[in-house]
Amino acid sequence: MALTRKGRIALAGGLFLLPNFLGFLVFTSLPVLASLALSFFAWDLFTPPKFVGLHNFAALMNDRAFWYYSYNTAFLMLAIPVNLLGSLLLAVVMNRKLRGIVVFRTIYFLPTIVAGVGTYVLWRWIYNPDYGLINTMLRAIGLAGPGWLQSIAWAKPALMLMGFWTVVGGYNMVLYLAALQGVPPELYEAADIDGAGAWQKFWAITWPMVSPTTFFVFTMSLIGGLQGGFEQALVMTRGGPAGATTTISYYIYNHAFVWNHMGYAAAIAWVLFAAVFVVTLLNWRLGGRIVHY
Amino acid sequence: MRKLPTYLILSCVGLFMLLPLLWMLSTSLKPAGDVFTSFDNPFRALMPRAVHAENYAKVYDVTRAMGGGFARWYLNSLLVAVVVTLGQVATSACAAYAFARLQFPGRDKLFLGYLGTMMVPGAVTMIPNFIVMRQLGAVDTFFALMVPPMFSAYGTFLLRQFFMTIPRDLEEAATIDGCGLWRIFTTIILPLSKPALATLAIFTFMGNWQSFYWPLIVLTQDSMKTLPLGLLSFMGLYNTQWTLLMAGSLMMILPMIIVFVLGQRWFISGIQLGALKG
Repeated sequence: MALTRKGRIALAGGLFLLPNFLGFLVFTSLPVLASLALSFFAWDLFTPPKFVGLHNFAALMNDRAFWYYSYNTAFLMLAIPVNLLGSLLLAVVMNRKLRGIVVFRTIYFLPTIVAGVGTYVLWRWIYNPDYGLINTMLRAIGLAGPGWLQSIAWAKPALMLMGFWTVVGGYNMVLYLAALQGVPPELYEAADIDGAGAWQKFWAITWPMVSPTTFFVFTMSLIGGLQGGFEQALVMTRGGPAGATTTISYYIYNHAFVWNHMGYAAAIAWVLFAAVFVVTLLNWRLGGRIVHY
Repeated sequence: MRKLPTYLILSCVGLFMLLPLLWMLSTSLKPAGDVFTSFDNPFRALMPRAVHAENYAKVYDVTRAMGGGFARWYLNSLLVAVVVTLGQVATSACAAYAFARLQFPGRDKLFLGYLGTMMVPGAVTMIPNFIVMRQLGAVDTFFALMVPPMFSAYGTFLLRQFFMTIPRDLEEAATIDGCGLWRIFTTIILPLSKPALATLAIFTFMGNWQSFYWPLIVLTQDSMKTLPLGLLSFMGLYNTQWTLLMAGSLMMILPMIIVFVLGQRWFISGIQLGALKG
C-alpha cells in the first residue's frame, strides 16, 4: 500500500493520539453527553430509570435549597478579588532584587502545595472555639472569638480566610511575579523623572501592565469558585451549620453519591456547567475591553 | 537599611503562612490531654509542654484494624500517584506531539474540544463514570482508581505548549537523514522536553497524592483507601484526638513538601507555561 508523505504523517498523528483520545472519549466526552441524557431521567440505581423530560430542571428552579446553596457559592466567591489583590501586592513587594527571596517564595507557596484533606483537618482544629489557635490569639488581645465553623454567620468567612491562606502566595502570585518582571524598567524611570509617587506608579504603570495576568487569573478563579467548596464542606462542616457552607458542588455530591438521585444530580451538574460556560464567555467578551496590552 | 521595611513585610507574611503549619506540628507532639487546655497566651499554646513523638507511631497502631490502616493507605496513595503519573505523562506526551507536529484532518478542532473540556465541572463526568464502574463491578478495584485519571486534557495542553517552542530544524535534519517519526519523538522531542515532562510529572503526582473526590466515590473498603480518604475515616472514628489527627495530616503532607522543595524550579516554570495563550 503506497501512502503519500502527507498521508503517512496523518496516519502517524492518529496513532500517536489514539491512547489519549480513547481515554478522553471514554472518560470525558461520552460522560459529558451521558450526564446530559441522564438529566432527563429519574434514577436511583436500583429500579429502572424513568424518563421525566424536563422535570428535573423545573424542580431545580423551585428548589429553595438549590438557590440558597447558589447564594453560598457566590458569597464564597466574594473572596476572589481580595485574594487576587493580595497576590498582586505580595508580588510587588517580592519583585526586588533581594537576597533570600526564593526562601520567601517557597514559604508562601507551601499552603498551596499542601492544600487538601490534611489542611482542612488542620483548619478545623485551628477554628476550634475553645482550644483553637485563632481564638487563643484573640483571647490574648482581649477578644472573645466566635464559634467559627459552628456559627451560621462566621462559617463562610472562616472558609474564606482559610482560602486566602491557601491561595494568596500560590499560582496567582507566581504569575503576577512573572508579569511584573516583564514590565520595562524605563516606564518607572520615566515616572520617577516626572515625580510620580509609589501609589501613582502602581495605578498608572503596574496595574495596566499586569492586566492580562489579572484577566487570566480572575477567569480561572471564577471557574474554580463556581465549582468549589466540596472538599471543605465534606471534611470540615458537612455543609453546615444549617446548610451555611453547602455549595453547589457539595449539593451535587449529596444528590448523586449519598441520596442516589442520579438524574437530579446530573441536572444540577449541567446547570453548573452552563454557568461556568456563560461566565467564561462573558469574561472573554468583556476582557477585550478591560485588558491593556 | 532601605531594605529593612521590605524584609519586615515579607517576614510577617511568612509568619502568617507558617503559623498554621507550626500549630499542626506542635499539636502533633503534645500529650493527648494537653490539647484541651485553654490558653490565653498563644506562645504557651504553641509550645508543647513535653515532646511526644510516639504520637506518630500511635497513628499507625490505632488505624491498623482499619484494613491495614495508615501504612496501607500510604502505600495505596504512592502506588496510585506513581501509576497515574506515568500513564498520564506517556499518553499526554504522545497526544501533544500529534497536536504540535503531525497534521491530520480535524486536528485543530479536536484540540479546541480538548481545551473546552477543561472547564467541565468534575461532577458532570464523574456521575456517568461512577455508574459505569458500578455496572462493571469495578468498585473497590485499582482499575477504577487508576485508569480514568490517566488521560488528561490539561497535560496534553501543557506539553503541546512546550513542544511548540522547540525549533523544527533538528527534526527536519533528522527526517532528511531518514529518521522515522517515532525515532524523532523519542530521540529529539522527549529529551529536549525534560523540563516540561518533569513539570507535568510533579503536578500529576501531587494532584493524585491528594486526590479525593473520585476515590471517595469508587472506594468503600478501608484496605483500598488512599491517604486523604483514610484520614477522613480516621477522623470519623477519632473525632477529638487532635494530636493523632495532626500527626496523621502532617505525615500525609510531608511528601508534598519534599517533592515541592526538590522540584520547585520545574514547578514554577510549569505554572507560567500553563498560563500562556495557545
